[in-house]
Amino acid sequence: MQWDVVIGLEIHVQLATKTKIFSGSSTAFGAEPNTQASAVDLAMPGTLPVPNEEAFRYAVMFGLAIDAEIGRRSVFERKNYFYPDLPKGYQTTQLEQPIVGPGHVEIDLADGSTKTIRIHHAHLEEDAGKSLHEDFHGMSGIDLNRAGTPLIEVVTEPDMRSAEEAVAFAKKLHSIVTSLGICDGNMSQGSMRFDVNISLKPKGQEAFGTRTETKNLNSFRFMEQAIAHEVERQMDILEDGGVIDQETRLYNGDRDESRSMRSKEEANDYRYFPCPDLLPVEIDDAFIDHCRSRLPELPDARKTRFKDQYGLNDYDAGLLSGDAKLAAFFEDAVSHSKDAKLTANWVQGELSARLNAEDRLITDSPISGVQLGDLIVRIADDSISSAGAKKVFDALWSGEGDNVDAIIEAKGLKQVSDTGALEAMVDEVLAGMPEQIAQYKEADEKKRKKMMGGFMGPLMKASKGQGNPKLFTDILKKKLDD
Amino acid sequence: MHNKSVAELSNALASGEVSSVELTQHFLDRIKQEDGKYNSFITVCEDAALDEARQADERRSQGNATPWTGIPFAQKDIFCTNGVRTTCGSRMLENFVPPYDATVTARFRDAGAVCLGKTNLDEFAMGSSNESSYFGATTNPWGENRVPGGSSGGSAAAVAARLTPAATATDTGGSIRQPASFCGITGLKPTYGRVSRYGMIAYASSLDQGGTLARSAEDNAMMLNVMAGFDPKDSTSIDREVPDYTATLNEPLKGLKIGLPKEYFTAQLDPAMAQTIRDAVAEYEKLGATVKEVSLPNAHLAIAAYYVIAPAEASANLSRFDGVRYGHRCEDPKDLMDLYTRTREEGFGAEVKRRIMIGTYALSAGYFDAYFLKAQKVRRLVQQDFVNALKEVDVLMSPTCPSPAFVQGEKTSDPVTMYLEDIFTIAINLAGLPAMSIPAGIVNGLPVGLQIIGDYFSEARLLNAAHQFQLATDWHQRTPA
Repeated sequence: MQWDVVIGLEIHVQLATKTKIFSGSSTAFGAEPNTQASAVDLAMPGTLPVPNEEAFRYAVMFGLAIDAEIGRRSVFERKNYFYPDLPKGYQTTQLEQPIVGPGHVEIDLADGSTKTIRIHHAHLEEDAGKSLHEDFHGMSGIDLNRAGTPLIEVVTEPDMRSAEEAVAFAKKLHSIVTSLGICDGNMSQGSMRFDVNISLKPKGQEAFGTRTETKNLNSFRFMEQAIAHEVERQMDILEDGGVIDQETRLYNGDRDESRSMRSKEEANDYRYFPCPDLLPVEIDDAFIDHCRSRLPELPDARKTRFKDQYGLNDYDAGLLSGDAKLAAFFEDAVSHSKDAKLTANWVQGELSARLNAEDRLITDSPISGVQLGDLIVRIADDSISSAGAKKVFDALWSGEGDNVDAIIEAKGLKQVSDTGALEAMVDEVLAGMPEQIAQYKEADEKKRKKMMGGFMGPLMKASKGQGNPKLFTDILKKKLDD
Repeated sequence: MHNKSVAELSNALASGEVSSVELTQHFLDRIKQEDGKYNSFITVCEDAALDEARQADERRSQGNATPWTGIPFAQKDIFCTNGVRTTCGSRMLENFVPPYDATVTARFRDAGAVCLGKTNLDEFAMGSSNESSYFGATTNPWGENRVPGGSSGGSAAAVAARLTPAATATDTGGSIRQPASFCGITGLKPTYGRVSRYGMIAYASSLDQGGTLARSAEDNAMMLNVMAGFDPKDSTSIDREVPDYTATLNEPLKGLKIGLPKEYFTAQLDPAMAQTIRDAVAEYEKLGATVKEVSLPNAHLAIAAYYVIAPAEASANLSRFDGVRYGHRCEDPKDLMDLYTRTREEGFGAEVKRRIMIGTYALSAGYFDAYFLKAQKVRRLVQQDFVNALKEVDVLMSPTCPSPAFVQGEKTSDPVTMYLEDIFTIAINLAGLPAMSIPAGIVNGLPVGLQIIGDYFSEARLLNAAHQFQLATDWHQRTPA
């Protein structure tokens, strides 16, 4: 049987505020356990939450970015359950009156089409702490540094029909929140975490099947794998005539396997009710206008601008505009290089490859946009060959030098483009290769092309690698074809 | 010395008639001698109090004393005190020493007041008799087998027994006013949001309000001067100017419009109680007030609504007592569930468990609308009744309680009769209004309180009305035999 896959996502986005959502503790990642947990974060008796205004601004900015209705009256509720890393015994979150109402996000698909994914709502809430189950001799360690970190939970409608669409959406959301500067986007530190709701239905059927939720996926790759895994698991069950249990599952990316965490019957009754320690927050026009004035350029607008301003094609513009930091790097480089296409190739080629190989973010690149721009200027004006350019790139990357021209000079990479000098070299080399010349003259066009390398090698050697290969080729052709 | 009011003691300290160390030692001695009978203190801070007294005397000698510098007082053991055990009357917090001060604590500290110790209370402020304290019941100084009321029974008994000139208290459903009535002293529950709740251990957050217990209205005004005010650490505290509550105590009452809610003066009210209140109201008429009947048509729904809302909030507020980070933890838990269940089973008393159960039930899927949501709607109706009545009159008056102090053990077996103790007080918490209880007579040899209810932020007017009554009568100066 043919199946339709139906996917909805819930995404926890950590907001990049300096302090927690209800206390003054720092949200910085990586501190010693429990050094960023105040009396409020520890839920000491009598302590009370005080909302962080910046978290509201960030949430409203997100709402504006996805063209959503902003909840004018924002109410916090208590979601009650016991867990050791949940200090109060309830999570302060939003349910009935979230800060961001229905909105939408456009995604680009591989076939060049676009699709609208509807956002059901997004709400503000506090993160829990972390339970550490290793190294405590049969006990668990609790680190409350993360407890109280502000999150927005973005809930989509079940609008995605494949892993590809889900990943495209996730990447787009990542691009929006990082462009807004409301999330650092650092997936490995848990700044974005995905819960995936998946169900299958016979192809063409209207009604949705029973769904499962796979929780806490923290990379695009794991998300893609988890969806593939779950779709296959459900398909196997359905095709064997079985039924899907509505349940929450955990996916192990390293082993590519999943297990049931809890069934619907075991689901908690969270006993939500409005938090009496926090008054409803009224969001007025002035606040929304202020948030709107803080909105930076968003990925969709940037992509259009990149196409218009730099003449980039859709593919290049899409890749370079998604990540705000990468886009800024590109624009730094192109402002010096004045050659958008070549700059785009280098940013997506050599630079991205190096960053990936060393697991670095664009913000940690040892080469600045300006330096790359300078390098491209020298490639474009034929001062260096592409092989030479790679050597300059290496030198910049390793810190061996920081000025492109100085490196070219020091390494003797400057190409000889003086046609007179090059012609003399060609004459000299050809004088020693009469047999090859004879063979060349007898060969057809196709063979001739192949034989060019046999001449270029000795030429480059004679020029100590500094001859402009393009000019050499031109001169050679002229001499041989005459 | 211990019969002097806070105002008188403040003058005595200012004139050099007595030092804070002498005063503090005097009250510490009285606590040592007398409190065996009452059990009004859970913790006495002998060394810390004398240290604070020395610092107060030093501060006074430097010329920057406040009216409270060097005055001893007691703290209900629900306000966190940095470095001093804060139990909330529970085994759960038997050994809990907070590393921070409640805002109320910090304000008294800043004023230079001397904390004698922490007073007894119903466990987590849940009770009307002080019998649910893990640290044993408190006895009313007016009768050896009488309850002092609750939940601020320790504070009220300590003030009535002259073990402290004043004590802090909290009121979620009558917990300041009922003990004030039972112990023959004066108490004020301010408008919700007037006094910071930070560091005040939560029972029902939307109803809890810190307030004052002392013998006179003037002393209550002096306390409120220290306690009231906006606190950035409490989002529900209100940013509104704080007047000097002692400045308007002597305003004449001529023209004061008093309303008597007819629903509070029914045939069921004990005739002796009713007469006492009518006599007190007559006294106000002599002072120039006018009296009319008003109606609070939804008053009869208040207790039912309260016993849904308060336990619902409590069920979540008390979830933090899980044995993980502080407080009681059971021995050798075999797993997480065992840790939770045994810790909470051992740490909480019966009344606290009952309210957690009620609240959990009221919030459960399928019951939320019928209980919690309905109770919130009733709360709005009850509040609207008061708002309407207070458009017609300046203050409302009623008995604080249906009867004088009852006998210990009399109501412990039947929670509902215990809950009915708060029939006149609870609605005021639902509405968030300020109200006082002042001594207004003696029935069967026991003191009886008059409740005065005012509009939002009318504490100055309530204190003024109470003070004028106390200038004309001496009920507040009666002492237990």
